[in-house]
Amino acid sequence: MAFFSPFRGGVHPDSFKELSATLPIMRLPIPPQLFVPLRQHAGSDAVAIVEPGSHVLKGQLIARAGNGLSAPVHAPTSGIVAAITPVTAAHPSGMKSNAIIIKPDRKDTPVKVPTLLDPFKLPRDELAQKIADAGIVGMGGASFPAAVKLSSAIDRHVETIVINGSECEPYLTADDRLMTERAEKIILGARLIRHVVGAQKIAIAIEDNKPNAISAMQKAAVGEQQLEIVVVPTRYPMGSAKQMIKAVTGHEVPAGGRSSDVGVLMHNVATAYAIAEALAESKPLTSRIVTVSGGAIVRPQNVEALIGTPARYLIEFCGGTVNTPTRLLLGGPMMGHVVQSLDVPLIKGVAGILALTDHEITNPQASPCIRCGRCVSACPMGLVPLEMANRSKHGDFDGANDYGLSDCILCGSCAYVCPSHIPLVHYFQYAKGHLNSQTAQSKRMQYTRQLAETRQERIDKAAAAKAAAKAAKANRRKRSPAKTEKSPQGES
Amino acid sequence: MISAPHAHDHSSVNRVMLHVCLALIPCTAYSIYLFGYAALNLFCLTILSSVLWESLCLKLRGVPQTQLHDHSALLTGWLLALTLPPWAPYWIAIGGSFIAIVIGKQLYGGLGQNLFNPAMLARVALLISFPVQMTTWPLASADWTMFNFIEGMQITAGLYAVPDSVTGATALGHLKTELSAGGHAVHILQNDFSALAGFLGNLPGSLGETSALLILLGGCWLLLMRIISWHIPLSMLITVAVLAAIFHAIEPARYAPPSFHLLTGGLMLGAFFIATDLVTSPSSKGGQLVFGTGCGATVFVIRTWGNFPEGVAFAVLFMNALTPLIDLYLRPRIYGRTRKGTPAKTSYTSKTDTE
Repeated sequence: MAFFSPFRGGVHPDSFKELSATLPIMRLPIPPQLFVPLRQHAGSDAVAIVEPGSHVLKGQLIARAGNGLSAPVHAPTSGIVAAITPVTAAHPSGMKSNAIIIKPDRKDTPVKVPTLLDPFKLPRDELAQKIADAGIVGMGGASFPAAVKLSSAIDRHVETIVINGSECEPYLTADDRLMTERAEKIILGARLIRHVVGAQKIAIAIEDNKPNAISAMQKAAVGEQQLEIVVVPTRYPMGSAKQMIKAVTGHEVPAGGRSSDVGVLMHNVATAYAIAEALAESKPLTSRIVTVSGGAIVRPQNVEALIGTPARYLIEFCGGTVNTPTRLLLGGPMMGHVVQSLDVPLIKGVAGILALTDHEITNPQASPCIRCGRCVSACPMGLVPLEMANRSKHGDFDGANDYGLSDCILCGSCAYVCPSHIPLVHYFQYAKGHLNSQTAQSKRMQYTRQLAETRQERIDKAAAAKAAAKAAKANRRKRSPAKTEKSPQGES
Repeated sequence: MISAPHAHDHSSVNRVMLHVCLALIPCTAYSIYLFGYAALNLFCLTILSSVLWESLCLKLRGVPQTQLHDHSALLTGWLLALTLPPWAPYWIAIGGSFIAIVIGKQLYGGLGQNLFNPAMLARVALLISFPVQMTTWPLASADWTMFNFIEGMQITAGLYAVPDSVTGATALGHLKTELSAGGHAVHILQNDFSALAGFLGNLPGSLGETSALLILLGGCWLLLMRIISWHIPLSMLITVAVLAAIFHAIEPARYAPPSFHLLTGGLMLGAFFIATDLVTSPSSKGGQLVFGTGCGATVFVIRTWGNFPEGVAFAVLFMNALTPLIDLYLRPRIYGRTRKGTPAKTSYTSKTDTE
């Protein structure tokens, strides 16, 4: 395997991982109430199949996958469904989305597990279906249904499975601890993924700032065939698929293409772990490891918590907050988003809950761009953020696109280094939204035009047929077919 | 709404500007020591008037005065002062800073909007308009007893006729005059130029351009603090050195050696502090190399074949004008795309399915 040409650009944010990197994963007690959202994944909401008042068991299916892209949801513990009602969602707008509220009975009775079979002996389609049925989504933050990613890779000649253990976001140590403490199961998961898509090699990439995870994974990988632990340099955004693939394989994913175009399928370590649990132990995804950290948290920790646990309960478990935190985040500080309330429940794709103090964040007034070009040097995609922002600001979205807006991965490296504190990512999100709606609109227009054209064609045809019929009739009336003029074709 | 990223590297415009000012302190202090009270007056006056012009413009534009805290006007004034003859009269300072701040910067729309380096714009305007005042160079005497504080004030006020005995030509000017009089470059330099003096700065010249050593020191600080990158200064200096070496090798009688070019005039100051101006130089590394090379080539051409003995200011302005074009054509290659912007063909070749 080609060892490093690491990607261009990138930044080295202060890691703050020392707050929780050495602390073992703690299991959170069952909270008094669980709020299990029906949307925890990219795509359509899951559809609840339980009624308020019904008793559910741990791991029981409580909402089936919706239409199209979706994922099912399972009960994290046994108890009574108290209600199905909108709760504050894990979204910056503070909007509400439907959730199944479960009142745990504290017995944690699991559903009956079918007899376990050796997953390596099962057909691939069946395994992919099992992963889909277990409600597994990408746990690094994208929350894309894992089974969809796997099935679409099955016939695309994937050669290498890259397991992403870079965890490049500051503060977060959940993946680090998972690798350190549960290395075997991650490797099992990786091997299962390889089996499902029929790939040859596995590369588990870990940033070099996680020595414990590296040695644990190396130990667990002893004797494995075609499996390599790749130590990559610590540089944000290493965890981004495109940058990771470049660092590990040396290949660039072509613009507009997919990882499989360069023979790669990438999954997060936590996803690999969940897949191992689902296939080897028939456990659906109902809990995850989350880092609770930040300067405002009394005892930062890595916690294994049930999906649906309110953030407030998690934070209280970590000793609460020192004083009112200035900013609450789900995910890391580079790409995570702000939540307004501690009532948001933990969902499958959240690897961190951060409560940051005043001096950990910077939010000063933006000043004019001095064209210093630091954003250009920092951009891992080779874009020109200052020009993109300038054009987006003035509504010239095509101009912004000309400088690479559509290639922007919204990693925030540019805004991180901007001395003028310009909210570059904000502009790009806005401009991307605009471009998307423009594209949608032009598609709609094209469709309408096509409809209109077809209709005109139909009308013309009908008119022509009518005229022809008329002419024929007239001819018949004249009874002199030899002298007939040509029928007025297409006249209307 | 507050969007990601929530972390920042704690840099700020104000910090960038202050770091540049800090880097300028050694060569400024040494120059003031060399040229006495009049130089000190000129330095303070240029900065003060720059800040006042900036403040006035902000007021007229309705921009809060807090924007003065970015210290960009301080830096512009400082750089302008360093490119003026040390004993220039007060109206050169005030008029120059007017051109720099009001015309060169605020009329374009303020910080970040100007096409040309404001300090260089002002210097060139002054040089063309007031050639006498802009080419009167005092000797680097470092003798503070020669003119006392009162006399220093009189020089700045333009009330003191500076005797010819205490002025001289710059090294570049001297060479140009002697060459046009039919002199031999090697002999002229052997007799009248000491490389050591050029390196240390004990030569007549603009307020801040004389000491190559101290400018280099400041430049290294900027490189170390990552305020500037090596691309512009190095490409500019190397271009001048290479061109000088080539022509000197061809005809030593007419062309001065690289060491002379590097150690005299405003080249060092220009390479580290003027051409690297963030606003008016290209933002990509490739563009910066082209920019630096262009600056260096232009400096050499003007110095060697032009009417003026020195060409750093003209060279920088010329390349400033080309910066938008450079920025347009020399963008970084986008990941997964070719240089032309079309999706790249992958270098990966799929092996046939092993099943």
